[in-house]
Amino acid sequence: MEDQVLSIRNLNAYFGDFHAVKNVSMKVYKNTITAIMGPSGCGKTTLIRCVNRLHELTEGAYTTGEIFLRNNNILSMNPIVIRRQIGMVFQKPNPFPTMSIYDNVVAGYKINGIKIDKTEMDAIVESSLKKAVLWDEVKDKLRQKGVFLSGGQQQRLCIARAIAMKPEIILLDEPTSALDPKSTLKIEELLEELKKDVTILIVTHNIAQAARISDYTAFMYLGELIEYDKSDKMFTSPSDPKTNEYLKGCFG
Amino acid sequence: MSHFFSKERRSETIFRWLLLSSSFLIILIIFSIALTLVIESFPSIKHNGLSLLTGDIWDPVSEKYSVLPFIVGTFITSILALIISIPFSIAASLYLGEYAEGKRSSIIIKSVLDLLAGIPSIIYGFWGLMVLVPVVRKFEEILGIPPLGIGIFTASLILSIMIIPYTTSIAREVIRLVPQDIKEAAYSLGATRFEVIRDIVIPYAKSGIFAGILLSFGRAFGETMAVTMVIGNANYIPKSLFAPANTMASVIANEFAEATSDLYLSTLVSLGLVLLITSLVVNSIGRFIITRFYVK
Repeated sequence: MEDQVLSIRNLNAYFGDFHAVKNVSMKVYKNTITAIMGPSGCGKTTLIRCVNRLHELTEGAYTTGEIFLRNNNILSMNPIVIRRQIGMVFQKPNPFPTMSIYDNVVAGYKINGIKIDKTEMDAIVESSLKKAVLWDEVKDKLRQKGVFLSGGQQQRLCIARAIAMKPEIILLDEPTSALDPKSTLKIEELLEELKKDVTILIVTHNIAQAARISDYTAFMYLGELIEYDKSDKMFTSPSDPKTNEYLKGCFG
Repeated sequence: MSHFFSKERRSETIFRWLLLSSSFLIILIIFSIALTLVIESFPSIKHNGLSLLTGDIWDPVSEKYSVLPFIVGTFITSILALIISIPFSIAASLYLGEYAEGKRSSIIIKSVLDLLAGIPSIIYGFWGLMVLVPVVRKFEEILGIPPLGIGIFTASLILSIMIIPYTTSIAREVIRLVPQDIKEAAYSLGATRFEVIRDIVIPYAKSGIFAGILLSFGRAFGETMAVTMVIGNANYIPKSLFAPANTMASVIANEFAEATSDLYLSTLVSLGLVLLITSLVVNSIGRFIITRFYVK
């Protein structure tokens, strides 16, 4: 069995009275890409937002259950500490508009007041941008604002920003849904490279994308985890009829 | 069909013409105000010359007129008022726009602020005379300076209260508009709420916050009634922050009724012209700064 990084146990997430994630249990393995797919409103985004405790920023939102990062229960840790170990990339590219490309990459260090010297910071910027396959495109304009890049470049900048903190896991919430096919492909390729360093949990409503890049796939429907398995098995012989219907495009 | 079409066309033309002429009327009014001030100022400019701006004596009896004391008085009272009010307005706008956005407390505070903005300035003047002046007098006794109670400091205090709603409402609005996804990105990197405000919200909203401060400054700059009542109406360049003084607006309000000679009256009008020009300059500089630092 592969090394397990994240273990979600009986997780429930609520927005006030609305029960968005229902009793989900699943394990995420080291250096793999795990895709969570399902139709809109199935709770897949809420699920990953529980992992870095962003869910609770919404007024009236709360969770029950446990999420273990190795031996620590994320849900009982300080959210500030846990968020530095778990990176996140959002659906809409959101580089910080007031910051340069350089400052965007090291924003995590600057905002948190982590002091590192200039050469080390330069090295972090270069290696993060290289891993995000953006270095060659921006190395001559690191002092320019990040918002002047194209959508796909902005999203790769956000990936660089997330991995600059050297997280153990990165969460991606439909990272390519606002991008064109070419930019999408570029990000999918870099994720395959990236999984050598970091464990990836990606939410997508694009079945083909899940099939292309993921090692494991979870299928959620109406807040419940319907099926969770290796992607090879899931996409060839799903065991649940609902998964089968979804893959055939009957709903979602 | 063609009849229908042409009728549509005609009403469209009339409507556009109506909009255009209204806009043009505004320009015309502003221009005629400026023109009136300039024409009425001629006798003053002819008699006083450059000493209107350079001297430091305002003595209507001997017909020596210099407006410098009032320019100084205006700048000192408005800047001091800004310094006093900014911490309160920024704090209030952060609370309203970031912490309490959409909550009941936000709605209540916002309505009270709107109410504060709607209080006639004469009421502020009364309140300043009856409440602030005695308090400042006590304060001056403690400091060991002549306990007048009235003066620049009192005027700035009353002005700072009057302008808080202006900065706060504009700053609150821009703080509220900082996109949620950018704030979430900062949270996802492990930022605390304070760090999000310091590194994301304020840099993003700073041009708007500045616009709010500028609006307040303009308001403080030209405020007349409340200032006239508590500033002490002394026509010389103030020696301390507690000294009685006059602003451009307050001296006009105070002396307009007793300006018996044509020259006296014309000089007050020329002071009005100086007030108009300085307001315009201050506003233009502010607008330049706003566009310079506008995000995106």
